[in-house]
Amino acid sequence: MATEILMPALSPTMTEGKIARWLKKEGDMIAAGDVLAEIETDKATMEIEAIEEGILGRVLIGEGVEGVAVNTPIAIVVEDGEAVPDSVASQPAAPAPQTATAPQTPASTPASPVLDAAPEPEREWGETREITVREALRDAMAAELRRDEDVFLLGEEVADYQGAYKISQGLLQEFGPKRVLDMPITEHGFTGMAVGAALTGLKPIVEFMTMNFAMQAIDHIINSAAKTLYMSGGQMGCPIVFRGPNGAAARVGAQHSQCYASWYGHVPGLKVVAPWSAADAKGLLRAAIRDPNPVIVLENEILYGQKFPCPVDEDFILPIGKAKIERAGTDVTIVAFSIAVGTALDAAAELAKQGIEAEVINLRSIRPLDTATIINSVKKTSRLVTVEEGWPFAGIGAEVAMQVIEHAFDWLDAPPVRVAGEDVPMPFAANLEKLALPQPEHVVKAVRSLI
Amino acid sequence: METTSEQVGAAGGNGPSLTREQFLSAYHDMLLIRRFEEKAGQLYGMGLIGGFCHLYIGQEAVVVGLQMCLKDGDKLITSYRDHGQMLVAGMTPRGVMAELTGRATGYSHGKGGSMHMFSREKNFYGGHGIVGAQVALGIGLAFANKYRGTDEVAVAYFGDGAAGQGQVYESFNLAALHKLPCIFVIENNKYGMGTAIERASASHDLYKNGEPWGIPGQQVDGMDVAAVHAAAAEAVAHCRAGKGPYILEMMTYRYRGHSMSDPAKYRTREEVDQVRKTRDPIEHVKHILLDAGVEEATLKAMETEIKAVVNDSAEFAQTSPEPDPSELYTDVVLEA
Repeated sequence: MATEILMPALSPTMTEGKIARWLKKEGDMIAAGDVLAEIETDKATMEIEAIEEGILGRVLIGEGVEGVAVNTPIAIVVEDGEAVPDSVASQPAAPAPQTATAPQTPASTPASPVLDAAPEPEREWGETREITVREALRDAMAAELRRDEDVFLLGEEVADYQGAYKISQGLLQEFGPKRVLDMPITEHGFTGMAVGAALTGLKPIVEFMTMNFAMQAIDHIINSAAKTLYMSGGQMGCPIVFRGPNGAAARVGAQHSQCYASWYGHVPGLKVVAPWSAADAKGLLRAAIRDPNPVIVLENEILYGQKFPCPVDEDFILPIGKAKIERAGTDVTIVAFSIAVGTALDAAAELAKQGIEAEVINLRSIRPLDTATIINSVKKTSRLVTVEEGWPFAGIGAEVAMQVIEHAFDWLDAPPVRVAGEDVPMPFAANLEKLALPQPEHVVKAVRSLI
Repeated sequence: METTSEQVGAAGGNGPSLTREQFLSAYHDMLLIRRFEEKAGQLYGMGLIGGFCHLYIGQEAVVVGLQMCLKDGDKLITSYRDHGQMLVAGMTPRGVMAELTGRATGYSHGKGGSMHMFSREKNFYGGHGIVGAQVALGIGLAFANKYRGTDEVAVAYFGDGAAGQGQVYESFNLAALHKLPCIFVIENNKYGMGTAIERASASHDLYKNGEPWGIPGQQVDGMDVAAVHAAAAEAVAHCRAGKGPYILEMMTYRYRGHSMSDPAKYRTREEVDQVRKTRDPIEHVKHILLDAGVEEATLKAMETEIKAVVNDSAEFAQTSPEPDPSELYTDVVLEA
């Protein structure tokens, strides 16, 4: 049976090409794999091969013809002894693919949460006890390791050394080397390994000694962990936690002092939490470990040793995606996360002395962002200040401010103001480092500029 | 050093040969891949497959010989040149072709494409577009097998190009350190995209690259399905016995370009033709079968059946609907 050879699409962007040269002429026998012609595309000159054997019955488009659209018949191949049907040459260009095309009207974007719903009140957990953030994180992991055999912890110095920052103290002793594993200093490799294990349904907790080192492994966090559920059409989730200290510590220089909140917050498929208090740390880490998605837990080294009241209830857990109003106020909304919540609260105390009542929102979760709580607060206070230790450009403050502009523009009495780390790599000198980080007085000044 | 890197399997192989039934089955599976890939190439040429499309033509004996040694529960992972792996894993030609064309009936509902397909049911873990990433992920699959106390193995396929990635060596170390049941299959088709192995790697014997970690390796004629099978059987037995990882360097060849837009300037036409004429894995088995007294008509009937399956998959793919616009927003995160 005569078959048409069509102008092939030889690259993802090719719509037309030029027949540079015919290597077979009419009447030639051709075998599968034989080069028929050379085609010049937008990228290169390429060869087209015969797919079936036969005889080149007719060349429909000669050498040198430019602008031949993809799918145009360029030659006819016939079987031995078969004539070229007369009708062929005059046939129209290749039929369009018979696709039952789905309607292409864009679906409405479901990205924004319902903003006017009154936020649910925070659940009461009863009795609390003062513990450090370090203890809270360890208790959270211990509780989940006890609860689920599929949970395990791996990272550098998490086992024998008891944690570079003592977060995993005692876990090797309780759970043994099968479930608390020291890793060599190979973040790329062991992160990939953990993600692979998670794709089978295990629930690894990957501790990075600091989140700075996770940059070695960020391909697996984003390309392998965050995107696989989508790329697999929902078949393959990745229940994994990546955690470690994030942002500045004290005098550790530029390569060890960076905030990754906006890096990870940018990525669909990831959840990102940033605890401030011990209760945040315990409740959010437990939720992260139970979550069926990849979750980034951005901790803070300075906070590890700080004490906060934390519910003693064995079932204590916090929802991911809910902010907490740490201090109620009526005059300005201050949005912060991680260690900057403390900065914001210190500023609010100072502002109170000056007769200004600030409402301080602890985001707890970067992605998903609790936009509803922020918007409800701004509708009350009409002013917004964001505080973060990370860099200002394309930072979390920029996103929060934009959400407010999109959803509560008419309620604003003044432009939002960002207080952020200075737009420089972190310096080492004590005085310079202090200048590079947001201090309560910066927040006070920002608020005063609005009122 | 415990390493026993060795070269086997050239012309005729030195392992136990396959039975007639095994050769028939291998012939069928290799031919299915070949015809499926040829059809995919056609659909690409017609504009029905967009973007990237990396064909497996020429390398069929590797996945077919390997798969003959595996059992249910064993896990597979590979690069973006993944259609052959999926078909031998038991994924349906219809589902794969529909994904290639970006249709709702594809394995990923059209959201993955040629490079990103998965099957939880068939233990196929992708389909990865970042060169070398599947190696570290692959040892994770092996880690999970060991963690769960099974004797299942993981097979991580990668090319000679990927063998230069740093994470491959991190994975060798981790797999050896934790005695993970992982078979590293290096499909050495001589070219990482357009760069010949000699121009990319100072080490040309990739099967020896695990020696510093004591990982045994074999170099195998990857165009000879019996040789692949014999080597794979040893590797699988090694991993199932809890002895740790194993490297198989499969000397193979891809007939088509790296992807569909390959100018083919980095190798000669003669080189490609020479391999096709003298080392074709399917022709090789066909001769063995004919010599063993299998009727030509039997093979012809098999080919006819395969063509029908492949044509059916193409028809199914072309007539399936594109994903509903609402699919844009599904499968981003799972409900907690």
